[in-house]
Amino acid sequence: MRPLRLVLLYVRLGVMNEAQYRANFFIAAFQSLLSVGVGLAVLALVYSHTPTLNGWTESELLVIVGVQILLGGVIHATIQPNMERLVDEVRDGKLDFALTKPEDSQLLISIRELRLWQAVDIVSGAIVVGVGIARLHSTIGVGHSLGFLLLLLLGALLLYCFWLIMATGSFWVVNMWFLAELFEGVFQTGRWPIGIYPGWLRYSMTYLVPIGFAVTVPAQALTNRLHWTTVVVAICFGAALTAFTRWFWRFGLRRYSGASA
Amino acid sequence: MSVSAVRRESAARSMLDFYATTIRTQIQTQFQYRVSLYMYTVGMVAEPVIYLVVWTTIARSQGGMVDGLTPGALAAYYIVWTLVRTMNIVFTPFGWEWRIREGELSGQLLRPLHPIHYDLASFAGQKVPWIVLYLPIGAALSLVFHPTLHPHALQVAVFLVAIWGAYVIRSLNQFSLGMVTFWTTRVGAIFQVWFLAELLLSGRLLPLPLMPHWSQTLANWLPFKYTFYFPIEALVGNMSTASLLGGLGMQLLWIGVGTAVMTGMWRLAVRRYSAVGN
Repeated sequence: MRPLRLVLLYVRLGVMNEAQYRANFFIAAFQSLLSVGVGLAVLALVYSHTPTLNGWTESELLVIVGVQILLGGVIHATIQPNMERLVDEVRDGKLDFALTKPEDSQLLISIRELRLWQAVDIVSGAIVVGVGIARLHSTIGVGHSLGFLLLLLLGALLLYCFWLIMATGSFWVVNMWFLAELFEGVFQTGRWPIGIYPGWLRYSMTYLVPIGFAVTVPAQALTNRLHWTTVVVAICFGAALTAFTRWFWRFGLRRYSGASA
Repeated sequence: MSVSAVRRESAARSMLDFYATTIRTQIQTQFQYRVSLYMYTVGMVAEPVIYLVVWTTIARSQGGMVDGLTPGALAAYYIVWTLVRTMNIVFTPFGWEWRIREGELSGQLLRPLHPIHYDLASFAGQKVPWIVLYLPIGAALSLVFHPTLHPHALQVAVFLVAIWGAYVIRSLNQFSLGMVTFWTTRVGAIFQVWFLAELLLSGRLLPLPLMPHWSQTLANWLPFKYTFYFPIEALVGNMSTASLLGGLGMQLLWIGVGTAVMTGMWRLAVRRYSAVGN
């Protein structure tokens, strides 16, 4: 239970830290509102020219957009700030402070930062998902809802692994200022059902950059498109990627030579 | 020659010298970070590829055309879009917060030139490596998406001028926008509203003819269209000679307006500046 206690400790610290800047909540809420607004405007534009996009109706696509906004909130509040801090510390040699602590280094570097107000996107994403489901007029069973939540967690895990693999690259490449831009650009592909992309892009978006698994698959659970084989593949892929990420992190760490080198 | 004429000439020459030197330095600096630059470009190319794929899917489902645009025409639009977007990268208004906080601006104020010149020259220099790196990406995209692109000489000429017009317009506007930072530190939300308007009304998100009519009319009265839609359309569309030249004229007009606004904003803003630390 020690890791869990550690996570809770850092969450408490993060919340206390963010609570000093309460006005930032309103800024974050306004920005979240704007990005939802853009999402809706783009959908309206697309569906003013076509009734379905690759078999997805407007309400169904709303679910995907919601999932993407929600996961974006998770990334911006927890994963990205930690990974950016990691990259900076590797460059400046400050990672020593984390490595000398008697805890698992991967756990520690993954939980130190929390941008609480960015989590507003989790709420607004969930609302968009809710509106999308309500407009579908179909009831969703307990099984599918649980599947959705499970796949959503799995999606967050996959994106965490992807970010950590990229950030671990900083042990080799010193100048990594492009990471956030790169991720942001690629993450936008998740706004659309993965089926619209040409084959080569679809495969790289599912396995290379696991956006397909992270966004489209949970949305499939809510729109009755999910096949159980997809769930099995997703879980196996998640396990494999987690193991690889762990190995890669340790492999990269061996190259780290500290502040004085 | 009178003394003032000589002085004017030497001022013009030193300005030219300043631009040439800054551009050269920037080219050399940027070429050092090829890997980073490529990674950044990959992130940037995702945006047009998404739009292209979405609208191509729609065109296919509508029997091969959406509002008269074929998949080939859409591909041409978004591949040229990527080049225009590269040209449109200028000093971000978000950067002003850093300039003020870090005291970076104090150093700039000591220089004899207006700071816009520094931004204009350094980003112009960065265009060279970016365009060189874009070329293979553009070629790869062309192989995958098969654009239909048959520009004639005048279109190419207007395009080559228009991308620099777009660059200057966007530089001026972003500079003015950045001035807001002198009054408030909570600039993110304001900038985001601006970028939103740009996204929808510039042709960045989609070719303007695909937009509802009222927003096309609105776009005609704003500068955004002349930084994305006009340069792209000059190359990929079939605009008449009159509208090609008219577009360049409008760019010139917006450069004039942008310069006036920028100069005014800068004068007001710099009065509010007090250096931090040191």
